[in-house]
Amino acid sequence: MKRHLSLNLGLGATILLALVGAVLFGETALSAAQYGQALADPASGPGEVLWQVRAPRAVCALMVGAALGLAGAVLQGLLRNPLADPGVLGVSATAALGAAGAIVLGAAAIPGLVESAALVGAALAGLLLVAVAARVRAPEALILFGVALSSFAGALTALIFNLSPSPIASAEVMNWLLGSVQNRSWIDVAWVTPALVVAAVFAAGASPGLRMLTLGEEAARASGLSMGRMRILALIASAVAAGAAVAVAGVIGFVGLAAPHLVRAAVRGDPGRLLWPSALAGGLMLVLADLAARLMPTDQELKLGVFTALVGAPLFALIAWRAAREWRL
Amino acid sequence: MSALLELDGAVARMGAATVLDGVSLSVRAGEMVALCGPNGAGKSSAVRAALGLMPLHGGAAKLGGEDVDRLSERERGARAAYLPQERHIAWNLPAIEVAALGAPFLSGADALDRARKALDEVGAGHLAERGVAEMSGGERARVLLARALVVQAPLLLADEPIAGLDPDAQLLVLERLRARADAGGGVLVSLHDLTLAARVADRVIVLNAGRVVADGSPIEALSPAVLRSAFHLDGIWVEAPDGPLLAARRLLQV
Repeated sequence: MKRHLSLNLGLGATILLALVGAVLFGETALSAAQYGQALADPASGPGEVLWQVRAPRAVCALMVGAALGLAGAVLQGLLRNPLADPGVLGVSATAALGAAGAIVLGAAAIPGLVESAALVGAALAGLLLVAVAARVRAPEALILFGVALSSFAGALTALIFNLSPSPIASAEVMNWLLGSVQNRSWIDVAWVTPALVVAAVFAAGASPGLRMLTLGEEAARASGLSMGRMRILALIASAVAAGAAVAVAGVIGFVGLAAPHLVRAAVRGDPGRLLWPSALAGGLMLVLADLAARLMPTDQELKLGVFTALVGAPLFALIAWRAAREWRL
Repeated sequence: MSALLELDGAVARMGAATVLDGVSLSVRAGEMVALCGPNGAGKSSAVRAALGLMPLHGGAAKLGGEDVDRLSERERGARAAYLPQERHIAWNLPAIEVAALGAPFLSGADALDRARKALDEVGAGHLAERGVAEMSGGERARVLLARALVVQAPLLLADEPIAGLDPDAQLLVLERLRARADAGGGVLVSLHDLTLAARVADRVIVLNAGRVVADGSPIEALSPAVLRSAFHLDGIWVEAPDGPLLAARRLLQV
């Protein structure tokens, strides 16, 4: 118990440090006097940079990363598979499809509609995955199904581009698909935070069932815990978390995959106890990734989704390599 | 006294195949019943049906006298512990945490306490903190048996719990199950080893092609005629110092 508490506290403290770093550093170099001015008067120019540009962006990255880390941990527990992640399994792509469709149809003018479309997309993908997972036992098969779902949602998104009459809408969708927390405001934070809280509540309800599922489907079903209820809770948690992340920041891959992986050994594999450390690790990763992306000396700012994919895809290969060896045992 | 477990004319289908074709059997308190039969005879299906894990197309499955479909998941879990044949454990939890999964409704400390005792009971106390992925198949089987013992349900159903284990581990598992029955619990265990079944069980039920073809004392149930028709064996029982021994050879196909 103590061990897990100190893990969470340690991650929390590191997140605070990372947030401070993300507020202090950015493309615009500020002098010591300007920092002083920003602290004394938040409404001043430097104050605006720190509190209305950098801070909401960093907090947004934190929330989106936490949502992805949580969704990844829940999905990995639910599917008993270390390769499960909202991106790999097509939840993100389907959420993106929902949002892209909404943008092209002009829904961007109505606040919350694009976000809701992303959530619906994520929920549909989650339903499909759970239905398939109930019938397919081989973990590889489920990953393949996720890849197919992801490709199909990607194809439909491409079709939307293809048929879209407006290049402006297309550019908007494209920009958004790359995944970023650039120019995010406190309004975005206010959007993603309640979703994360809802997802966390549902995930907490699913936690004992996820732990029991370690024994396999049959033993878990005879254990006395309701696996049907757990499945629904876990599904809602992962769909809300992944959907909210995509709705606010677009498609950011591999955080949901990597975050549980980083903290799994520290909780000794327990998929129930993994949830909070994984959310914290996901948040920390994304705050640091966004800071790194901002500080890269490129003319065009590196998109966060591009950055995480560049780092995450090789990591995915590494985890797959290890998992494949385990499955062969 | 009503049976802890009862199948009454249970019929179950998987696709086009009828896996249980009117199976009736029961397990009472203090009794260890071995379920024998060739591969595909319906042993696992009978166990799963009794637990409500497999829908029935006819007949009934009862736990503690009540229809299993009318019991909540929690009531089912309290009436019967299940040790499935599958020994894959998805994540590398320490043995003690896996064993503690047998008591999901107890507080963490109480569950761990029970888990520690159960691990000791199966001779795996020294493995408590070790991750299950770093264990041999035999060690993992002990941990999973401990998990089933932690449940402390009146009934324990074990599906081929000794498959793939070395002789020492096989005897240990059966000894623990026997001890459960001697302590007043009911045990239903599916087994392929007919000699061991005859030695540990009070009663043997033989299934073949989804039907009960024999139900009685081990030597009675595993008669030469049943060995011949259900198992295609030409066999006789020989009295040995430690109990009966099956001497058998394959029947030549006619």
